[in-house]
Amino acid sequence: MSEVTENKKAPREPLFSKKNKKLVTDPLTDNNPVTIQVLGICSALAITVQVEQGVVMGLAVIFVMVLGNLIISLLRNMIPSRIRIIVQLVVVASLVIVVNEVLKAFMPDVSEKLSVFVGLIITNCIIMGRFEAFAMANKPWPSIMDGIGNGLGYAGLLVLVAFFRELFGSGSLYGIKVLGSNIPGEEWGLYTMGYENNNMMILPPMALVIVGVIIWVQRSRNKSLIEEH
Amino acid sequence: MAKNKDSNGYTFGFAIVLVIVVGSILALLAMGLKPMQEKNEEVKKKLDILSAMMDADEKGITRKNADSEFEKYVDLDKAVVLSNKGDVIDGIYALDGKVIEGRAFDVDIRKEYKDKKRDKNHRNFPLFIGDLNGETVYIIPVIGTGLWGPIWGNICLDSDMNTIKGASFGHQGETPGLGAEIKQQFFIDRWIGEKISDNNGMFKPFQVVKDGSGIDESKVDGITGGTITSKGVEEMANRCLEGYVSYFNNLKKN
Repeated sequence: MSEVTENKKAPREPLFSKKNKKLVTDPLTDNNPVTIQVLGICSALAITVQVEQGVVMGLAVIFVMVLGNLIISLLRNMIPSRIRIIVQLVVVASLVIVVNEVLKAFMPDVSEKLSVFVGLIITNCIIMGRFEAFAMANKPWPSIMDGIGNGLGYAGLLVLVAFFRELFGSGSLYGIKVLGSNIPGEEWGLYTMGYENNNMMILPPMALVIVGVIIWVQRSRNKSLIEEH
Repeated sequence: MAKNKDSNGYTFGFAIVLVIVVGSILALLAMGLKPMQEKNEEVKKKLDILSAMMDADEKGITRKNADSEFEKYVDLDKAVVLSNKGDVIDGIYALDGKVIEGRAFDVDIRKEYKDKKRDKNHRNFPLFIGDLNGETVYIIPVIGTGLWGPIWGNICLDSDMNTIKGASFGHQGETPGLGAEIKQQFFIDRWIGEKISDNNGMFKPFQVVKDGSGIDESKVDGITGGTITSKGVEEMANRCLEGYVSYFNNLKKN
């Protein structure tokens, strides 16, 4: 992992230095939180049935991760090490509650969509993992970049898995029927030729299989990612 | 700042300050936003009732105009509250079974359903009377349990007080893509046209089935992968609708 070590006397580095950019781009590919670090698998199984759910969850996680990383990074020199995990948990949980309460008051429709995810965000191991591994040891700005990067990496994977599951499981993408309709009496598209949705895709185990395939493809393209045992 | 971050005193102090700060922020926020959240919930309730009566999307009814549209279709003064036996009660049941003053719209069936202290005989059953282009329709709110949490809805009966004309379902946290699909129109369509009582005026329970025989009378196809939620809807409809049948029978006689 590319952790930046702190050095108070180092000259100020530009906001978008190479190192900082790497923090955002790395988790998208060679250090993806789900496929490489194998974090956040549980929520990747639960909410990748439809692309829309993946997008909403991805945005929520990016938001919480960026803010949380910032707060933890600001507090990093004050947090007693013995209770740091609890402190991190308190920060995630209260952030999620604040977001939920504000949405409930001002954007009730969005809040209804998100209510399912509130519990999943709090228990998302990527968030806690980044707090512990990065924000506790780095300055606020790199922590924000790291939050964006890992959030995007997670969101991207969710959407990718959801793409396959929704396409083959329900024959639609983002709720739009792209393969035709299988409603009795008004069939059109592929279904008129005897195509059937694969109901297996809707069930959670198939998400694991798809994540597995993605991991396989990624590691066979970049051999350096393969762990030695 | 304390120099020794690992001392017991500092650790306790930090924990206490953190809890107080976070606690007061959350408490203030919750208090400050409560009026707006309550208003939103009321609007949502109206929107749900309207969605059971008609295609609210098509009529362009959103949260913004739900208040004024609701007045056009539903007269809250006509709404009644029934006991579980189907008798009209003059007011609403309080927790101890006494009848107190109250409007049908203010009955929170979700709270009453969850409240273990409340005697099952003292649950309130509100009934809203709607007017759809001169035709009287009856809207019954329902409440039940899905797989992960509560599910609820409104079932709208035709002017014959028997045929289901429309419905709207909601849930708190059913699995997206599986149980959460009860909200979708395709599932609601399976309920439309079903009858709640037989020719003798007896309640006819619904059955949510897996084998695709939903075309049969009183049978409704469940959702693949959402069996427990579908069964929850079945239980909810059967338990909540039963009491209304005798009220409708009396109404028909007079």
